[in-house]
Amino acid sequence: MPVREGTYGLLAEFDTPSQLVSAAEGAYNAGYRRMDCYTPYPVEEAAEAIGFHRSTVSLVCLIGGLLGLATMFGLETWISVWAFPLNIAGRPYFSWVAFAVPAYEWTILYAGLSAAFGMLFLNGLPQLYHPLFNAPNFRSGATTDKFFLCLESTDPKFDLNETRGFLDRYTPVSVVEVEY
Amino acid sequence: MATKDVPVNDPMLDPVTGEFAVIAPGHTFKSVTEEVSRIVLTPRTPLGWFFGFTLAGGFVLMLLVALAWLLVKGPGIWAVTIPVAWGFAIVNFVWWIGIGHAGTLISAILLLFKQGWRNSINRFAEAMTIFAVVCAALFPLIHVGRPWLGYWLLPYPNTMNVWPQFRSPLMWDCFAVSTYATISVVFWYIGMVPDLGTLRDRAQSRLGQYFYGMLSMGWRGSVRHWARYETASLLLAGLATPLVLSVHTVISFDFAVALLPGWHDTIFPPFFVAGAIYSGFAMVITLAVPIRKFYHLEDLVTLRHIDNMGKVMLATGLIVAYGYVSEVFMSYCYSASHWEYFMMWNRMFGPMGWSYWVLITCNIALPQLLWSRKLRRNVGFMFLMSLIVNTGMWFERFVIVVTSLTRDYLPSSWGTYRATKWDYATFAGTLGLFTFLFFLFIRFLPMIPMSELRLMLPQAKIHKEAQPIPEAGD
Repeated sequence: MPVREGTYGLLAEFDTPSQLVSAAEGAYNAGYRRMDCYTPYPVEEAAEAIGFHRSTVSLVCLIGGLLGLATMFGLETWISVWAFPLNIAGRPYFSWVAFAVPAYEWTILYAGLSAAFGMLFLNGLPQLYHPLFNAPNFRSGATTDKFFLCLESTDPKFDLNETRGFLDRYTPVSVVEVEY
Repeated sequence: MATKDVPVNDPMLDPVTGEFAVIAPGHTFKSVTEEVSRIVLTPRTPLGWFFGFTLAGGFVLMLLVALAWLLVKGPGIWAVTIPVAWGFAIVNFVWWIGIGHAGTLISAILLLFKQGWRNSINRFAEAMTIFAVVCAALFPLIHVGRPWLGYWLLPYPNTMNVWPQFRSPLMWDCFAVSTYATISVVFWYIGMVPDLGTLRDRAQSRLGQYFYGMLSMGWRGSVRHWARYETASLLLAGLATPLVLSVHTVISFDFAVALLPGWHDTIFPPFFVAGAIYSGFAMVITLAVPIRKFYHLEDLVTLRHIDNMGKVMLATGLIVAYGYVSEVFMSYCYSASHWEYFMMWNRMFGPMGWSYWVLITCNIALPQLLWSRKLRRNVGFMFLMSLIVNTGMWFERFVIVVTSLTRDYLPSSWGTYRATKWDYATFAGTLGLFTFLFFLFIRFLPMIPMSELRLMLPQAKIHKEAQPIPEAGD
């Protein structure tokens, strides 16, 4: 990412989740799109308010699980039928019932890893630097007990004074300009 | 999930369900955060922690000595020989992995059932799972005799041109346990990321900020992130649930697929899973009681937690009791096989019959006291009961593994088993390792999930109508 300068956005701080949700709804209805809320625990209503309805994590998980199933079952079949056929007490080389057990485990393994790492990837994490950490009140509150709404400067509707005035109407504790 | 209906005006009693609140009243987002994070971020480590850590460290040293001697001399230093080739190593393996299962049950199954009370205990129950799996996985590895060739279990192209044999339950075991360990670690870590972010932001020392900053991967609590995070957590919980049931099922296949009387039982999978959860909940209580006392967490890990865990123990204990009764019925009354008949007689009245009665006393007789609500809410009693149940469950595995093997079909091949000092040292050493890792965990990582506690507070409820909403549009 190129080095950027200037304003990342305006960060409004709220004391309660309800205030945050109504401000987020208001901003969305007013036409703002490039924005995000920051909360110390999951607030689904806030995600809904800013127009984030569904994530693709489940799909990634499903694909991962099917891949795990196919990988292990295919590996077992290939090993037991072609690569290294062994006669074990007269059982068939293609003992799919027995193969089901490790295949089941790998379905879960791949699905779980896909869900976890897929979630991190979609979230853009790990990302150790973010402009918001420059805001003086962000780190003391966002992961403890404060609720933030950030309207980002890349939004076409963003105007420093106008947006600040807009946010002030929701009686935030403070509105801070965040630098890159 | 986001809005849990916790009463606002009556802090102790839920008007809908009539149940007691999980967290003691009067807490705020800040107070629960401080209560949990101060344990980790305090610059002064309590003296008691050093005492326990050193004691556990002594046992870890003993384990290292026992392992070193094992590598020098081989498994002959243990009592394992024919006919009892499995001995303590497999008893301990099954016992440890069973203990781990309650952690997954609390974190995954109770999450799916929306049991809010689990939120205070799930993190350290998950940690317990991981450390128990570490101890468990050690045993099959050192039991194979040449642990440095343990990777031969894995399917990989090699110059010997041989591949694993996938029709063997021992092979299934390898995949079940390794998957379980991996998914448990991932579930635990992902669950911890938001709390690590909190610690990063609250850490005073530079080192702490770097350490937790790296671990938290830059978590900033965006609601988009939270939404994906919640989906991933639910998916992981949904995956961990069939996983935990399958792991002990597969372990029971190690026995049930064999033809030995006492092992060849169709009831083994559900019986093993119930036993695993039983002993695991006992271990959670064993850990929770001293921790909440020592760190003054009585507000967060309340009597209701202890009470509920007592109920789960009672229920799973009764399932286990059903398993014992079924075994007796099958072998004495139903099988019409005198091998089975003799196995059960030998188990009860043979030379090692005492171990069977220890297990009946510890697992069935004494836990019936848990029917009493008063006793379930007595912390000292519950601690004692958890130790009793863990002892009983260890003896259950001992009875299954050792007693069955000592006397099989052919009297000329009968033998006996007497554990050596190295057997005891290795077992005690893993108890030390488990405690050692746990001490590190409670000192350096958040043992109670702060973000989930915040969610349970009445303040977390959204009041839409209470807010004057300015006109939309501008």
